[in-house]
Amino acid sequence: MTAIGTNDLAIDAENVARRFETTWVLRGVDLRLSAGEVVGLLGANGTGKSTLLRIVATLLRPHAGSVRVFGHDVVRASGDVRSLVGYLAHAPGVYGDLTARENLAFAASMLDRDHAEVDATLERVGLLDVADQTVRVFSSGMQRRLAIGRLLLIRPRLLLLDEPYSNLDTEGVALVNSVIAERVDAGAAALAVVHELAPAASVLDRTLTLADGRLGVTERVDEKTVISLVANDR
Amino acid sequence: MSWRREWRRARAIAWKDLRTERRSKAGFSSVTVLAVTILVLFGFALGPDASVGRDAAPGVIWLAVLFAGVLAFNRCYQIELDGGSLEQLILYPGTRRAIFAGKLLANFVFVALMLLVVVFAGIVLFQVRIPSSWPALVGILAAGTIGLVTLGTFYAAMASRSRAREVLLPLLLFPMLVPVLLAAMEATKALLGGNVMGDAGAWTRLLVAFDVIFLVATFLAFEFVIEV
Amino acid sequence: MTTGAVASVVPKSHASRWPVFGWFAFLFLIASQITAIAISPPDRDMGDLQKIMYVHVPAAWMTMLSPLAVLYFGLRYLWTRREEDDLLAASSAEVATTFAGLTLALGMIWARPTWGVWWTWDARLTSMLVLFLMLAGYLALRALIDERERRAQWSAVVGVLGALNVPIVYMSVRWWRTIHQIQSSPETVDRAYVVGLRLNAFAMLFVMIYFVRRRYEAALLERMAERAIERAALGQGAAR
Repeated sequence: MTAIGTNDLAIDAENVARRFETTWVLRGVDLRLSAGEVVGLLGANGTGKSTLLRIVATLLRPHAGSVRVFGHDVVRASGDVRSLVGYLAHAPGVYGDLTARENLAFAASMLDRDHAEVDATLERVGLLDVADQTVRVFSSGMQRRLAIGRLLLIRPRLLLLDEPYSNLDTEGVALVNSVIAERVDAGAAALAVVHELAPAASVLDRTLTLADGRLGVTERVDEKTVISLVANDR
Repeated sequence: MSWRREWRRARAIAWKDLRTERRSKAGFSSVTVLAVTILVLFGFALGPDASVGRDAAPGVIWLAVLFAGVLAFNRCYQIELDGGSLEQLILYPGTRRAIFAGKLLANFVFVALMLLVVVFAGIVLFQVRIPSSWPALVGILAAGTIGLVTLGTFYAAMASRSRAREVLLPLLLFPMLVPVLLAAMEATKALLGGNVMGDAGAWTRLLVAFDVIFLVATFLAFEFVIEV
Repeated sequence: MTTGAVASVVPKSHASRWPVFGWFAFLFLIASQITAIAISPPDRDMGDLQKIMYVHVPAAWMTMLSPLAVLYFGLRYLWTRREEDDLLAASSAEVATTFAGLTLALGMIWARPTWGVWWTWDARLTSMLVLFLMLAGYLALRALIDERERRAQWSAVVGVLGALNVPIVYMSVRWWRTIHQIQSSPETVDRAYVVGLRLNAFAMLFVMIYFVRRRYEAALLERMAERAIERAALGQGAAR
């Protein structure tokens, strides 16, 4: 088990900046997320939401600033951070030529999980019936469910979700929310990039808007404030 | 870091890659047929004279396997890149070396099988006589394959994620493989010719030394290549 | 923390030394060439054509040394992640490529009148050709990658592995040639020529160091300009 200090924030990001060639995508982002919190990240397309998520997931290095996940620096202690986070990318990240069951069995092998969990997970995400079909024939919604299944196997303390509701029907949306709720009950936190609040409203504690490379406006969701998306012309 | 767990991860990756290869349409059979086609084209280039063909056969066989093999090396990363799986692969616990080891294993099986087919085709097409020392020949084929696959898997980790990947991989790989190719070709030639001068032993030693050096070097360096 | 901080200015304290060194290097080269040509007798077989050796051989020696520079700076980069080390490695590789090309060209120019053919698969020249191709691959890799971190890290790895391979390539090509011996190439150098060669080897070394330094300075200036643009885009005054 990777150590977590009792006072450690799930995410403690300070002045994070990241550039793409000569353009700065993120220009000094400060973000604090506590265990048990679920935060939605809003912003127009291309404002760097995915970039921020991937920096926290240790897939990208910040060009300035620092990020700590439960006290571990994402650059210096990336191994520790990886054992704590679960990243649901926009692309499902599943293997088309393997079956759903084989995909999760592979994940279980890589995660050192008991293979008995595979079938239980397939059932939880509603793919047990099609477990032996190759993923290539799955719809994008089904592939997303499979990715969520992998997330369940990971059992992360910090969920990083990039548009988790896209391509999902009502049941799928409910599945995502139940997974988030379940993990939060176990002490996890979640940061989710969303395009609209409606599907996530029941689980979000607050939202942040990313515009012009900086995080603005924290809105409490239960105030039912309408948040306008700031357009960022490129 | 538990070696057993790392080995299990490497094995899981190797199985995944091999299973994917078996199921995908443009897989092993296509690449092997390509290798044999290349062999035939070399035959045309060399002409129908049997003695010329027999002399050139060891070199031609290895070149055919090399040219077809580069396709396999890029593919093993392509399957990760297509679905966005590479990121997830990196995020799993464990070392990057397990990823490299797994892909190395899968590529070794792939290229070794292809080499067997091409060797048989070469024996037939170029009228090569199988020597009594054929177990030694198998050893050389294995050592050569290891060298080929080690560097191929390594450089493909970079080339497959760049522009002009089809040309970048051969461009980087082929000069690096000169010692392997020379050693494998010459040792094979020596064995087929009865190994009068005892050259095969010297070349084999060079080949094994090369394999050891670069297996270690690539394992150490893989993390720098896959992380960024 | 930020990765890859670059010195914000080309080190002023050295700025005046290098042009002087450059002059010295070139003058020394000219002097060495003249000395070598003057003091050495015409070769028994080749006559005055032999004089080309005073450029070809030192250039060859220096080119064989250059992978050491790429190896050193590559390893340093992987250790420090400082951009300067990456730029030094790249500059060394570029200069080495030029020297390799020069060596090959001179080798072929020498071979034609001597043996009547442009190329004989001679062990040393062939190894030089393989080295040239490895360097070309290194430069191609750098040209094809746009992201700075990735380019620096991958080049460092490719450079280190390539440098490791240089002696192995040389050995294997030489063995290959001794097996397929067709004509012997002059392996030993007559003592009369050694002084001239050594002198010119040093001269070449100085010239090469000077070239690498100038190339490095140019790369550093480019990088500084880029950083200025980035800082302006970030809209913050202080350099990071």
